[in-house]
Amino acid sequence: MSLLSNAAVLLGKELRTEFRSRELLTTTVVFILVIIVLFSFTFDPTSVESRRFAASLLWLAFLFAASLMLQPCFLREQNNDTLSALRLSVTDPFSIFVAKLVANTLFLLLTELLMLPVFSILFNVPVFPVIGQLVLVLFLGSLGVSIAGTALSAISAQARMRELLLPLLLLPLLAPVLVASTQVTVGLLDTTPFMEWKGIGFLVIFDAVFLTALWLFGEYLLEE
Amino acid sequence: MTPAAVSPVGIRFENIDKRYGGLYALRRVSLEIAAGECVVLAGRNGSGKTTLLRIAARVVRPSSGSITFLDRKNGAITAASQTGFVAHATMVYDELTAEENLLLFARLLGIAEARARAGTLLEEVGLAERRKSLVRTFSRGMRQRMAIARALLNEPSVLLLDEPATGLDPQGVSWLAGTLRQMRDAGRTILMSLHGESEISALATRAIRLEAGSLIADTRTGASLPSILTFAGA
Repeated sequence: MSLLSNAAVLLGKELRTEFRSRELLTTTVVFILVIIVLFSFTFDPTSVESRRFAASLLWLAFLFAASLMLQPCFLREQNNDTLSALRLSVTDPFSIFVAKLVANTLFLLLTELLMLPVFSILFNVPVFPVIGQLVLVLFLGSLGVSIAGTALSAISAQARMRELLLPLLLLPLLAPVLVASTQVTVGLLDTTPFMEWKGIGFLVIFDAVFLTALWLFGEYLLEE
Repeated sequence: MTPAAVSPVGIRFENIDKRYGGLYALRRVSLEIAAGECVVLAGRNGSGKTTLLRIAARVVRPSSGSITFLDRKNGAITAASQTGFVAHATMVYDELTAEENLLLFARLLGIAEARARAGTLLEEVGLAERRKSLVRTFSRGMRQRMAIARALLNEPSVLLLDEPATGLDPQGVSWLAGTLRQMRDAGRTILMSLHGESEISALATRAIRLEAGSLIADTRTGASLPSILTFAGA
């Protein structure tokens, strides 16, 4: 119970600080917007191929934006050594991870939902008929990105060359999530939309495995 | 504020080593601090004071050796919830207000009536009027008061303070000395690092000097308090 109550208190803090400054949300929204707009000029939005490429471009943009968003996740805790204060205050250190990965998932999901209409218009891809399934893929993909990214952010925050280390570790690790999410999204954006359940199953397994690993070993990632 | 009486807790360090790569920050430090003692750690920069305090606070794990917190009544205990730690950094969030910071940590610590406790402490440290201000707008001295308020939230049995007077003006130092005196008199164990003699060092019942990670002098073994604090004979 104290794990969940501590996580809820910390999640409140994460949301309050972000919505007060809007640093992460603004940066990622602008970043994704720039990528989507740039790529929309290079593809013919009426062709069938555009639908196939559009899904991968969308996830690539989300992935790069996520690496931007995840970088300060633990780095911010180092400014005033607040991570030590958190570790001394919580009964279960996993609650720190739970709060951060839930916050990161929410921020990513919010950014993605804000960008979907823009993507739909610029690439001439109707997303609203499959919005329910699309939100499910976005959620599972974003959760996978957040779980792995939050863990790596904790590692990289204590390392030298920390700005370089996170994307270096994150991008190869998330390649399977990117592939699975893209495959499912391609199916959903097809002229006759279909759900690639194999991809959904893979995302669920990826999220479960990494969440379990974080629960088992997360405490060691927070040590100096 | 009259601190509530607490069950006294002592600290025992046994053969503590701390290495960062090949560099020894602490080398075979063995030390027993009795419950209710007020101990000053002295030493030059890099002598290992901060590392020893961070190990005591359980923020840093020693490379070898062990640390035990001893309750006079119950024997060895896990003291994570019974320690208050004031570090070099303030350990509070710049993006939150003074009140939000204390409420956050009070709730994490499971303190009943968190809002009332936060309010009382803000009064105590003289920040009640700025309770709604973001900490990033505070001066260094005000941030240090916040750090001390956060450390006192759970009415700890053991107080660990790393140069607690940093950034405080003379009034602040007097206030801190008064607060620590009350803590000491209520039976709390205090371990703090200080530089030189001051109103705060006058509270010490014992002083210890570290040099290059080793314990080299202790008033318990005959060294005088002023000589340890001023490095006389070093």
